Amino acid sequence: MAEQDDGDVILELKDITKAYSGIVALKKADLKLRRGAVNVLVGENGAGKSTMMRIIAGVERPTLGEIWMDGERIHLNSPADAVRHGIGIVFQELNLFGNLSVAENIFATREITRGLRGIDHKAQVEKANEFLNRLEAGISADTLAEDLPIGQQQLVEIARAVSLDTRILIMDEPTSALSAAEVDVLFRVIADLKARGVAIVYISHRLEELMRIGDYITVLKDGQITGHAMVKDIDTRWIVRSMIGSDAKDFAKQVEHEPGAEVFRTEDICLPRAQGGYAVDHVSIGVRKGEILGIYGLMGAGRSELFECIMGRHEHYTGKIFVEGEELKGRDTTRRIREGLSLIPEDRQREGLVQSMSIADNLSMASLGQFLKAGFHIDLKREKEAIANAIRNLSIKAKNPDLDVTSMSGGNQQKVVIGKALMTGPKVLLMDEPSRGIDVGAKADVFRTMRRLAGEGLAILFSTSDLEEVMALSDRIAVMSNGRLVMVVDRRDATEDMVISASAEGHKTKRMHA
Amino acid sequence: MTTATHTAATGNHLSTGAALLTLMKLRTFIALFAVIIFFSIFAPNFLSTANMILMSKHATQNAFLAIGMTFVIITGGIDLSVGSIVGLCGMIAGGLIMYGVALPLGYTVYFNIVEVAVIVMVVGILIGAVNGLLITRLNVAPFIATLGTLYVARGMALLYSDGQTLPNLTGREDLGNQGFSYLGSGSILGLPVSVWILIVVALGAAYFARFVPLGRHIFAVGGNERASRMSGIRVNRVKMFVYMFSGFCAAIVGLVISSELMASHPATGTNLELNAIAAAVLGGTSMSGGRGTIGGTIIGAFVIGILSDGLVMMGVSSFWQMVIKGLVIIVAVVVDQAQRRLQQRVTLMQMAKAG
Repeated sequence: MAEQDDGDVILELKDITKAYSGIVALKKADLKLRRGAVNVLVGENGAGKSTMMRIIAGVERPTLGEIWMDGERIHLNSPADAVRHGIGIVFQELNLFGNLSVAENIFATREITRGLRGIDHKAQVEKANEFLNRLEAGISADTLAEDLPIGQQQLVEIARAVSLDTRILIMDEPTSALSAAEVDVLFRVIADLKARGVAIVYISHRLEELMRIGDYITVLKDGQITGHAMVKDIDTRWIVRSMIGSDAKDFAKQVEHEPGAEVFRTEDICLPRAQGGYAVDHVSIGVRKGEILGIYGLMGAGRSELFECIMGRHEHYTGKIFVEGEELKGRDTTRRIREGLSLIPEDRQREGLVQSMSIADNLSMASLGQFLKAGFHIDLKREKEAIANAIRNLSIKAKNPDLDVTSMSGGNQQKVVIGKALMTGPKVLLMDEPSRGIDVGAKADVFRTMRRLAGEGLAILFSTSDLEEVMALSDRIAVMSNGRLVMVVDRRDATEDMVISASAEGHKTKRMHA
Repeated sequence: MTTATHTAATGNHLSTGAALLTLMKLRTFIALFAVIIFFSIFAPNFLSTANMILMSKHATQNAFLAIGMTFVIITGGIDLSVGSIVGLCGMIAGGLIMYGVALPLGYTVYFNIVEVAVIVMVVGILIGAVNGLLITRLNVAPFIATLGTLYVARGMALLYSDGQTLPNLTGREDLGNQGFSYLGSGSILGLPVSVWILIVVALGAAYFARFVPLGRHIFAVGGNERASRMSGIRVNRVKMFVYMFSGFCAAIVGLVISSELMASHPATGTNLELNAIAAAVLGGTSMSGGRGTIGGTIIGAFVIGILSDGLVMMGVSSFWQMVIKGLVIIVAVVVDQAQRRLQQRVTLMQMAKAG
């Protein structure tokens, strides 16, 4: 790309590196934010966008590197520091106090007070309503935040950020929960802020949105900046190329083998949502021996919830689950594992690993029962052999299995979680976003392993929101949208367009009803 | 040790950090040697055999409770009720020996000492089970659930004799319940019986933590409860077990103390739960769960025991003793936190450098 003019830079990140236990989220990244412009940031899941924003918002401190504002080096040690420097953020996950009113949420930490007489609730509600009206939100400022639907909660977050009078406003996927009309309003507000000289940082996966609203664009990939340009100079193809990189992903070649008989089937799995409707909406699906079934869907499509139902994690789901023709009873994860199911959860840190334990202990924790002598004594030698086997089979890079599991990279941690699941000897393996937050090399390893396991006769169900991944890895592709299974198709008959349009299906019908 | 050699290669700055880490990891040992050396210089007769035996008896009481407490803390919980269980179990032991169990129609059943011990231990386990049920089935926070049983058990101990001490638990020859004193005053090969029991319980607990699936699961549950559930570990069963085991350990202490004094006093064991927590933490058990060892806890219990006895021998006022004990505990936790932060920094810096 041509060198673009430096414009009116308000904030600059120089050489920022951020390491978490297990993964380096940002590697020597530079970023310039310009006044009175929409600075767009794109990248795949786990590319490091959110980490970068959390650093700017003072939520995280960089491991290495500097932050400069208006030509001066600054230190953002806390969110309060960032606010003092005029930085506001709308987080991807909602950060509202559900038990407080909308007005109280908007004015949290800077309540309008009347001296000793405490908080002036009336003034707060009035001022909050002003901001909300500007967003045409149709929300009354004295309702409780938790009583609002997600889309309106999102608007409250935006109103709070706008009310801060910020010089830099970060919006992390602000439209993910908004309707088309609400998005239009938001864009009008953004244009208004821009005119007043605010630097907007805009993160989104929706490329057409970025093209519509962005001025400058920065692309992140695996924690590094891979592209920087003015939006008027580029097209969506350029974005995709910078995001994915010229090196095509190393997907394991298909091992041609015919899948066997059906080993796993669900019938009419339903999981009601607390706010009404279904998180999983009458899903019936079957997998055959040696088959990889990829479930594609956007965030909130109900893939994780479906897996959790299958593992018996939800008390109140309905429907039937069969393994090798036998219906599984009860709602008990321990029994489900014994009956041949195993899940690799999406959130490795919260649900996959025990961070305080060693690599070896993490691998064997779910299958200790296999190494028993006399019914209670763990045969350490047999356990050690099994652990060594798993490390070899999955090519886990572990110098010493007795080291803490957190000393490894994210990709190797993921392999440990996979190894743990495999050591229970499953017939059906469920993998929820198995490539999330791991680097390219580890991804390729994981994909190869999935292929090999399918070749050995394991039935695999995996979920992903990566189109390329689902097209390349699956024998059959299922698409979920808004809790419903909208399409199941053989890979040979699937096209990308088909899958994408199917993934929006559930929302269309919903909006028609609404 | 591997961390030390590994980091030494990456640079001077990191290697000093690693050396410091090693020192911090050995802090309980260092503390134990420090108190022993200190008191053998400043406290007369500290190293005499008689004193050693006396001190080990004292430390043993803390150690029993601390072993049970360690498992509880590793699961991420806390058991405040153990001191009260000690008191209640002591009273029940005394009552069974002195009065037996009165049946209707005027009969009274007396048990021999072994039966008494078994009954008392079952009572301890049952109180632990109540804690466990409150925490797992009724979702009461461990702190509150065991605070409740702390009061209930202590109240019951006081009610049992209307606050009176049950003296002279020698038993009667015609009832066949003599010999209670053996537990507290007997010795085998020069070591007090209670110390032998401690050795058996400690080895059993250490074996359990390493060689039995339920024991391993204690660490998993404390490290990450959600991940444990997802891996098919029956979390509630693990929690039930640790509180029952803690109750069992408390019952043993109740028996040992009553036997030593040959009397049961309902206030026995007051505040012992705090000593147990302190010993566990001093021994490297992390209050946030997931980490801890039986060996470390035993050393921690001995540090606290030796510290209090040594200060008494030096004639330090009991008020100052409390101040010093408190400071030692605080320093232990501060060092623990510093170690964790340092460890994290060292690994993160390594990862950032390696890219």
